[in-house]
Amino acid sequence: MTGLPAQAAPAVKEAIGAGGPGPEPSGPSGNGWWNSDAGESTRRNLGLVAVLAGLIVIGIITRPDLYGLDGWWIDNVWAILKLGSTVGVVAVGMTFVIIGGGIDLSVGAIIALAGVWCTTVATQDFGAGGMIFTALAVGLGVGLVNGFLISYGRLVPFIATLAMLVAARGLAAQMSDKKTQQSGNQTINSIAADSFLGVPILVYILAAVVIAGWVLLNRTTFGRRTVAIGGNVEAARLAGINVRLHTMMLYALAGLCCGIGAIMLTSISTSAQAAMATNYELDAIAAVIIGGTLLSGGRGTIVGSLLGVIIFATITNLFALNGLSTEAQNMVKGGIIVAAVLIQQFRFKSVTQFLKRNKVTVAS
Amino acid sequence: MTQHDPVRRRFLLGGAALGAGALLAACTSNDSGDSNNAQTQGNNNASPNANTAPGKKVTIGFSAPAADHGWIAAITTNAKAQAAEYSDVTFNAVEAGADAAAQRSALSTLISQKPDVIVLLPYDGKELNAFGLEAMKAGIPVVNLDRAFPDALAYRLQIKGDNYGMGVAAGNYIAAEMKKKNLSAPIIGEIAGLDNLELTQERSAGFKAALAANGMSVANRRAAGFTVDTGQAEMSQLLQALPKMDALWNHDDDQGIGVLAAATQANRSEFLMVGGAGSKAAIEAIQADNSVLKCTVTYSPSMASSAISLARLIGQGKGMSDLVELQVPKEIILASETITKENASTYLPLGFS
Repeated sequence: MTGLPAQAAPAVKEAIGAGGPGPEPSGPSGNGWWNSDAGESTRRNLGLVAVLAGLIVIGIITRPDLYGLDGWWIDNVWAILKLGSTVGVVAVGMTFVIIGGGIDLSVGAIIALAGVWCTTVATQDFGAGGMIFTALAVGLGVGLVNGFLISYGRLVPFIATLAMLVAARGLAAQMSDKKTQQSGNQTINSIAADSFLGVPILVYILAAVVIAGWVLLNRTTFGRRTVAIGGNVEAARLAGINVRLHTMMLYALAGLCCGIGAIMLTSISTSAQAAMATNYELDAIAAVIIGGTLLSGGRGTIVGSLLGVIIFATITNLFALNGLSTEAQNMVKGGIIVAAVLIQQFRFKSVTQFLKRNKVTVAS
Repeated sequence: MTQHDPVRRRFLLGGAALGAGALLAACTSNDSGDSNNAQTQGNNNASPNANTAPGKKVTIGFSAPAADHGWIAAITTNAKAQAAEYSDVTFNAVEAGADAAAQRSALSTLISQKPDVIVLLPYDGKELNAFGLEAMKAGIPVVNLDRAFPDALAYRLQIKGDNYGMGVAAGNYIAAEMKKKNLSAPIIGEIAGLDNLELTQERSAGFKAALAANGMSVANRRAAGFTVDTGQAEMSQLLQALPKMDALWNHDDDQGIGVLAAATQANRSEFLMVGGAGSKAAIEAIQADNSVLKCTVTYSPSMASSAISLARLIGQGKGMSDLVELQVPKEIILASETITKENASTYLPLGFS
């Protein structure tokens, strides 16, 4: 991967299948997947799916007229996914940073800077390829600066990325002269407008980034090292992981995701400006947290973050469908964040133990 | 497994990084190359009269918030350009910094420089009211631009746009168009700006009142954030909520770029759209008449140009030549004008980018 000796291979067992070969592992111990530690993230994600299902039911109850329309609901599914696509891509990078024990407050500012940079007149002269290259390079570059300051400059991630938030937006404002820069490039603009085989291109991009993130986190040494560093930095260092280099890579990865997000958002709004992607850092962090990633690092899932993003996008959609105010919507979002974290702290194990103590049998 | 030479690899990587950096640095320019980029000229389009002739030298101190969107940026460029039109005006702008407190400290240095007149667009009229009082007490007339001081003693002249009137203008235009199409109960959408700003509330109230007077109402309203991406996001959801729409008012032309993008992306064009503020891009689109945007109601940053002209007259002790009074009036509220295809060419020079 990054040129490091890969000897620190993770010894984490896939304990999900450890329940036994038979289809009926429900012995007296009752150690089903809902009790095992390895099944915990699955449980959390199922909880989020349940929340999502609840939201959809609310949608069907409150606006049944729309769900009867021809092709409307699939259209609405795409509308929700497109709405969440940019934040979703950013949240993948954010998941890595938070699992690695850090935080990145500068993601929205990086999107604004990369978006503005790739829509300057000079860049647009290079065509779609030049614009995409610029956005990715700016995202990656700013991410590397973040990572360098944090790893080698020993700045606290909160401070370093907060400084970058302010500085990157300042540079973006300077570069754009505070004006809205329209993208005249039809190839870029068509990313948000076109579909392939009935699925919007933005959804493909989101899916590709999520799958790549999932593989990187769960199936590579890079991913296992990220979890190790977030779980216990000192142990990771003693295990031979180059913690500084790895941490820098995490912020570079987050920056690269922002570069991809900048292309998407520029295409979506057919323009870029210094004020765009405001509060994306909060949206991304909120999605990652309700997705079950520990804010202190060491644990988290990409799928959970994606579900978090989709839940927030669905709430926005639901409030729009019912013509409710943005204020109410924001209050509900706040409530959902708290509720999701509370639900996740809820110990399923203690419930089953409680039921067992009281001689209540549960079918398994 | 081949052995890589780490030195060479680093050299290549470093070279690639440098090359990318050089390429990126070349990409920061926004100069389109054509020389007629002079959108920011001042406006002395009125026929020359006694007032435009050079007179007593006037120093005008100017302060406006750091621009975060096109409208505010246009305020500063317009003021500067208008001042340059007069040979007898010295223009002295101070950086307003990031918030009301920063603007207050910047303004105290401005007072100490003793300009003849101060033109001020405050961060917040209420918060900077005290400064207006202070400057007036020091004998420097204050021209209060757009965000109003609550205290009448705090300014010599207040010149501002009409947010309520903007909503009324948009509502009236939509009502008239709907009647032309014989729609008695049209489905009308609204994309507002930042909802926690008073100006947004005023605009929406005016819109609602004008529609109500014609027996119509807003079917669905979403508040965006005055930025292109929020405009797009809210519009995309509004379109889902209203599978068929007859008319839409979007409060701000800058966020309107995103609103229009959302409509294009959703392949929706069955409605007519009215914009707000009067940006150059919007006026051009209305003139071209090839999108859903058919009209925009102004809240024009040209008010900064007028404020400079009036500040000069105040400094010279002159009145407005068309009025009988010998001095400039105390309050001017600009009407929100309706720009359609028919009159777009007249308004194009006032459009901001």
